[in-house]
Amino acid sequence: MSEISWGLWKLLLDGVWITVQLTVFSAALAAAVAFVIGLARTHRLWVVRFLSGAYFEIFRGTSALILMFWIFFVLPIGFGWQLVPMWAAVLALGLSYGAYGSEVVRGAVQAVAPAQREAGIALSFTPAQQLRKIILPQAWPEMVPPFNNLLIELLKGSALVSIMGVGDIAFGASLVRNATGQSAPVYTVILVMYFVLAFVLTRGMRLVERHAKASVGRAPQKREGLRTRMNGGRGDELASSGATTAGGAR
Amino acid sequence: MTWDWNAVGDFMPMFWHGLLVTLEALALGALLAFTLGLVWAVLQRSEHAVVRWPVTAVTEFVRNTPLLVQLFFLFYVLPEWGLTLSALSTGVIGLGLHYSTYTAEVYRAGIDGVPAGQWEAATALSLPRPRTWFAVILPQAIRRVAPALGNYVVAMLKDTPMIFVIGVLEMLGEARQYSAQTFHTVEPITIVGIAFILISYPASLLLRVLERRLVR
Amino acid sequence: MSADSNLSKESAAVTAANPAVDGSELIRFDKVTKRFGSNTVLDSLDFTVSSGKHVTLIGPSGSGKTTILRLLMTLTRPDEGTIKVDGDYLTHEERGGGLVPAGEKHVREVRKKIGMVFQQFNLFPNMKVMRNITEAPVHVLGLSADEAEARARELLELVGLTEHADKYPTQLSGGQQQRVAIARALAMRPQVLLLDEVTSALDPELVAGVLDVLRDIAHTTDITMLCVTHEMNFARDISDDVLMFDAGRVIESGSPEKIFSEPDHERTRQFLSAVL
Repeated sequence: MSEISWGLWKLLLDGVWITVQLTVFSAALAAAVAFVIGLARTHRLWVVRFLSGAYFEIFRGTSALILMFWIFFVLPIGFGWQLVPMWAAVLALGLSYGAYGSEVVRGAVQAVAPAQREAGIALSFTPAQQLRKIILPQAWPEMVPPFNNLLIELLKGSALVSIMGVGDIAFGASLVRNATGQSAPVYTVILVMYFVLAFVLTRGMRLVERHAKASVGRAPQKREGLRTRMNGGRGDELASSGATTAGGAR
Repeated sequence: MTWDWNAVGDFMPMFWHGLLVTLEALALGALLAFTLGLVWAVLQRSEHAVVRWPVTAVTEFVRNTPLLVQLFFLFYVLPEWGLTLSALSTGVIGLGLHYSTYTAEVYRAGIDGVPAGQWEAATALSLPRPRTWFAVILPQAIRRVAPALGNYVVAMLKDTPMIFVIGVLEMLGEARQYSAQTFHTVEPITIVGIAFILISYPASLLLRVLERRLVR
Repeated sequence: MSADSNLSKESAAVTAANPAVDGSELIRFDKVTKRFGSNTVLDSLDFTVSSGKHVTLIGPSGSGKTTILRLLMTLTRPDEGTIKVDGDYLTHEERGGGLVPAGEKHVREVRKKIGMVFQQFNLFPNMKVMRNITEAPVHVLGLSADEAEARARELLELVGLTEHADKYPTQLSGGQQQRVAIARALAMRPQVLLLDEVTSALDPELVAGVLDVLRDIAHTTDITMLCVTHEMNFARDISDDVLMFDAGRVIESGSPEKIFSEPDHERTRQFLSAVL
């Protein structure tokens, strides 16, 4: 690996920074989309449910890469909307992973015992209050492990932007490979970089999960090994609603 | 907004060819993912830590890193190791390997879901280990997880466009090629996007039905 | 169940692999200790079962009865002590004059002499009744499919389920499933049959059918039985010996007449008055 000069290493590290930014911004957009669409899918008006359901099916049904192509190439030509590549990428990732996230939100909200909502009604809470005071606080801890999975998927999906010429890690890798003619070391290094990022994200989400569980008075789970943490919740999804959530984890 | 129906008609022959390649990659990739995933899952139940540990490490690594980069790795590195494969074969290996780490988790959950009494009954009958796996445990585990496996096929379908980066002319590859030749971009990309929704939506519906029927 | 009409067949089906029924020692527990965490379930336990005997283990729950069966089936391993089955060590091997933990092959050989019926039946739900019974004879004992099927049909007749051979376990009642499980265990022609609270998971009205089958087997064959049960009448009916367990030890043993009518031990009296 000695052939990789400092300048090339810097290229890769710049890529890491772009990937981190992409992941954070896309995750923020995806979270907003997930909550809006997810809650809309539990709305009492069928029109709202139908429209949000259509959003979910369309954005989950298509491929993130195709959506990215569409936003990069079709929007400017077809509609005259030209976005900065970085924001086009965030839009594509946020919209499609938000669709997956909406399934997590919907599932967790609907899993809250109906008696809880009834208790809220008995106390004359408005629907908004029921949601804010009763439903979401109980649903939130259930959302964190699947959100963790989605976040890792989003991180991996962010590599797609390199195809569009955004200078993330994967893009840096192709530059370094072209410069040095070395494939195995370069790609091994950046795979490890992605793995480290995924590990850090997972650790962070574990903290969030612990905090979320503590906030509803549940004891934090005992320490688990890396592997269970990395796949937290997938087993449960399988048991409950595999068809939608297991697919949603992608 | 410019939409040229002539371009649509022009693109369709290439589209059908691309669809065929997409489905081919998907079928072979899924086959590989199902098989390899099963191998990982069984090895992870091994009594020997020297077997369990490396398998766990490798599958965790592959699952937590991007498929796109793995495809580049296979595409550039395999030939360096003297293994020259067609672009499609490389793509299939990439898809299959990546998704095998997901199917392994699915199988694992399914295997864990088989009641301990089944293992004990097999022991009480002195069934040999392979027989216990193939006649008792796996048939029950796989039935339980079939819908979840199906979901990963749909997920894999949506990842197949990635293999165009290593030169496979699946749907997206054909669309890119067509737009490079004719400067029509809106039509081919839109058609491919719609095609994905038209394939994956009914597939998800089908899986939900399957799930209801198989998993009590 | 018309038991008497089946007598000759039952014997043929069950006893063929039971050559040595001479009252010799078949099972020996030698200072066996089993702990789960800090909880000592079996405490330096010694006991023997002679060939052909029907022995029932009674005692309060948690007293280690089921653990004995699970040790014999090698579903769990002892922490200390040795177990011998038909003269061979079960979980140990003699090598170089000493005892070493046994390899899988040795354990499997010794274990073939033992069959077990579980509380929860543990039938294989992915196989029809017939295949549940033939699977092990074919793939463990190496019987041909025809032989195994003939044996299975005899046993299904014995347990009164001939017409259910082509059903899946979930299509049967609990009592029927348990009778299939008995047939499945017997199809291996074990020398010892372990019965682990085989009626506990059944609805009350289904218990009698299962007990009838077991009673037939006990009275008409010379298979050795080791039985954990809460059905005291059944225990009295089939047992040659009753062992009373408490806190991981045998506190009293004897004929059912003695144990059930004039036990020596106060603890036994208390237990029996609670369950009878």
